[in-house]
Amino acid sequence: MKNKIYFSVLIIAFFSINLCFATNNSINVYSWGEFISNGSDGNMNVNEEFTSLTGIKVNYKTFQNNEELYAKISSGGADYDVIIPSDYMVSKLISKGLLAKLNFDNIPNYSLISDEFKNLEFDPTNSYSVPYMWGLIGIFYNKKEVKVPESDITWDILWDSKYKDKILMFDNARDSFAISLLRLGYSINSKDKDCWRKAADELIKQKPLVQAYVMDQIFDKIGNEEAVLAPYYAGDAAVVLKNNSNIGFVIPKSGTNKFVDSMCIAKNSKRKAEAEKYINFMCSTPVALANVKQTGYSTPQREVYELLSDDIKNNKIFYPDDETLKNAQIFVNLPENINKFMDELWIEVKSGGKTGNSWLLVVILFVFVIMYLLVVLYKKRKTTEK
Amino acid sequence: MKFFRKIYMFLIFLFLYAPIFVLMVFSFNDSKSRATWHGFTFKWYHRLFENNDILSAFYSTMLIAAISSVIATILGTMAAVGIMKSKKWQRKMIMNITNLPMINPEIVTGVSLMLLFVFLYNHFGIFKPGIVTLIFAHTTFCLPYVILSVMPKLRQMDSHIYEAALDLGCNPTKSFFKVVLPQIMPGIVTGLIMSFTMSIDDFVISYFTGGTTQTLPIAVYSMTRKMVSPEINALSTILFLVVFVLLIVINLRREKDKNSSIYSEY
Amino acid sequence: MKIRLTLLPYLIWSAVFVIIPLMLVIIFAFSTPEGNFTFNNIILVGKYSYVFLKSIVLGLVSTIVCICVGYPMAYFISKIKAKYQNVVIMLLMIPMWTSFLLRTYSWMTILEYNGLINKFLSSVGISKINMINTPGAIVLGMVYNFLPYMILPIYTILAKTDEKVIEAAQDLGANNLKVFWKVIFPLSIPGVVSGFTMVFVPSVSTFIISKMLGGGSIFVIGDLIEMQFLGNTYNPYLGSAISLVLMLMIVICMGIMNQLDSEENANT
Repeated sequence: MKNKIYFSVLIIAFFSINLCFATNNSINVYSWGEFISNGSDGNMNVNEEFTSLTGIKVNYKTFQNNEELYAKISSGGADYDVIIPSDYMVSKLISKGLLAKLNFDNIPNYSLISDEFKNLEFDPTNSYSVPYMWGLIGIFYNKKEVKVPESDITWDILWDSKYKDKILMFDNARDSFAISLLRLGYSINSKDKDCWRKAADELIKQKPLVQAYVMDQIFDKIGNEEAVLAPYYAGDAAVVLKNNSNIGFVIPKSGTNKFVDSMCIAKNSKRKAEAEKYINFMCSTPVALANVKQTGYSTPQREVYELLSDDIKNNKIFYPDDETLKNAQIFVNLPENINKFMDELWIEVKSGGKTGNSWLLVVILFVFVIMYLLVVLYKKRKTTEK
Repeated sequence: MKFFRKIYMFLIFLFLYAPIFVLMVFSFNDSKSRATWHGFTFKWYHRLFENNDILSAFYSTMLIAAISSVIATILGTMAAVGIMKSKKWQRKMIMNITNLPMINPEIVTGVSLMLLFVFLYNHFGIFKPGIVTLIFAHTTFCLPYVILSVMPKLRQMDSHIYEAALDLGCNPTKSFFKVVLPQIMPGIVTGLIMSFTMSIDDFVISYFTGGTTQTLPIAVYSMTRKMVSPEINALSTILFLVVFVLLIVINLRREKDKNSSIYSEY
Repeated sequence: MKIRLTLLPYLIWSAVFVIIPLMLVIIFAFSTPEGNFTFNNIILVGKYSYVFLKSIVLGLVSTIVCICVGYPMAYFISKIKAKYQNVVIMLLMIPMWTSFLLRTYSWMTILEYNGLINKFLSSVGISKINMINTPGAIVLGMVYNFLPYMILPIYTILAKTDEKVIEAAQDLGANNLKVFWKVIFPLSIPGVVSGFTMVFVPSVSTFIISKMLGGGSIFVIGDLIEMQFLGNTYNPYLGSAISLVLMLMIVICMGIMNQLDSEENANT
């Protein structure tokens, strides 16, 4: 009898904990860091605005790169409603069946998106994603130390040994490989393993020159003049340029990566209608304008573009000339085998080209075991001596 | 020699406290910069109390720490009593299991629990990663510390007192609460405090098992990847001072009750 | 029967949250995403053996630095007046109550190229030194974070050492140095041994310190595991295999330490 009471108490305790934390009227948004107007500097606090408008709370969480997002989504270990992945991740998530088809009746503001951002390669029928921001990848350089005319700066400068220990690189396989591939003149979506191998060899050659592999920290480190050269997304560049006049930003004309981050809804979202409401809200012109103004990324919405100040509209970093745009490539999802190959190569790059083979590991374990045996033997001899 | 000893100890403490000192100083810095001083301000302390992200992370950290340390203390104390009463080989086996999470690298404990929670969630729909899984994970890594701080107290206890209570007509439950519990209380309290602090500071295991929930360490981690906002410096300055004062008070009170510092109990 | 009942919840708990998860790691390490048995994951781990080697070297170096720095500290603490010992030990533990992430981040501020140390150096006219993002910075971070775990166990043993043993040695004509090497040090070996494991295990498996102070350019086991579970490449099967090898290494290491420990106990 006592046993029974005991167990039922345990079980009740367990379920009551579970119940306590079942949240109701809120959505989980998973996005990039500093990718929304958050109310600082007198701008609109977009999420609070949404809550006061609809009564739906927004749990806003940030990720560092697309792969982190993918890991969290595909492990099932998270329940995000609205997610904002980049181009290639959208197509990967679609192909894995991890995105929900959007009901565009709930997103009337979709009509505000410019036509050149509809039906892009990563979502050809445009049924899963709504473009949020776009931009190009360029190079930060410190004018005090890099005395090269801006037009002469190409990806090669990141391989220049003059700037040893002053170069930062992306801590993300896809972006780093894109730079290496672009520099070699290959497609960033190459399906040829040889191209990837060559790109990896170049990255391995570059590693001794690299001070650190970081993502968002580039922002801080370039601004504080910890490093002199780094690739980065055009949007965030504006803030750094404003704060430190020694810093320049250039987009290589010969070719770069154009990214389009889009809003999507995760397949297992239980609050799809609310999530669509949120996406629609984000596309409304005042909200989109606030977001563009605070984050500094480029907008896919014509109306919003027209409302921007002339400095920004004419700024080549945000809205570059046609030649740069023509040479810019958008990521698409890679075939599974290339993806795997890239991951392997990336670990090889990060460990300096030396990854070793199974024998070394066996030797390491063997040394441990030998040490163990020696100690045991030593101990035995000592006790028998006594 | 004595002089050298003092210098050495001073240098070690300097080494241990320098980063904390830097942290505290820059919580009063009138700029987001981490290395340049721009003048004195209290604004980060004001902003801290307006920053919902940090406050909600702080709230969930405290909630998780409170619940899991209480569960761990109750289960751990019960287990310690049980272990003391069981046969020698059983005791040995149970202690081996108890030591397991302590020996295992944190990252392995983290990923193994992540595998479990994801597996359970995908197949049975329970244990959705979040506050609940964090509570379970934290309780799991706190349990051994509770057991290890209660066991010595049980061992020190004179078992005859318990038997005397039984002889005098107490039933076992009553004699446990009346006789045993007061004697092992210091061990239980130590276990509780240790669990609480370990739960607050845990990052690695929460990182793998937390899903979307942000605890304070996870919020700090996502900030360190970009730029730590001085509001976090302000929060940790406050926490540090609270802990500092608390510990000094505890220690002063214990001065009378010699040779029992927080450490010597485990 | 009554007594067992108090143990039961703990046993169930341990089974569900300790044993089963570890089983899952083992199962994942030997299976393909389709659920078939395979040795491939384990074989793949071999490709990353340099990463293992580097982590072990970094872990060993910081453990040895911890012993060299921590032992004198523990010894000195045990020599001050008993009244103050508790205070000093408390001071030693207080930093552990502040978030270790923030403390490590703070080191970044101190070590950076434009950080506090370099600012100081350039203000007195010495040229700046490159400190951050080097193996040295990682070792410093490990020593900083784990030093108290070395000092505390050594101190506990030293504080318990019977003064009479030392006096006896002195009476027999041994000088201070000799007393230390022949009497005190051998007695304190169990403390060193448990300090060793308490520092080596977390150092070898950390991934935060290497990320923050190593700038991502020094890749260690922790990074590798994190990458498989939450990072660039989601592959829990390989991740489990790496975890399994790491666990195996640490178990052997603990075995060695246990042997050493019990040997010293048997001798003394």
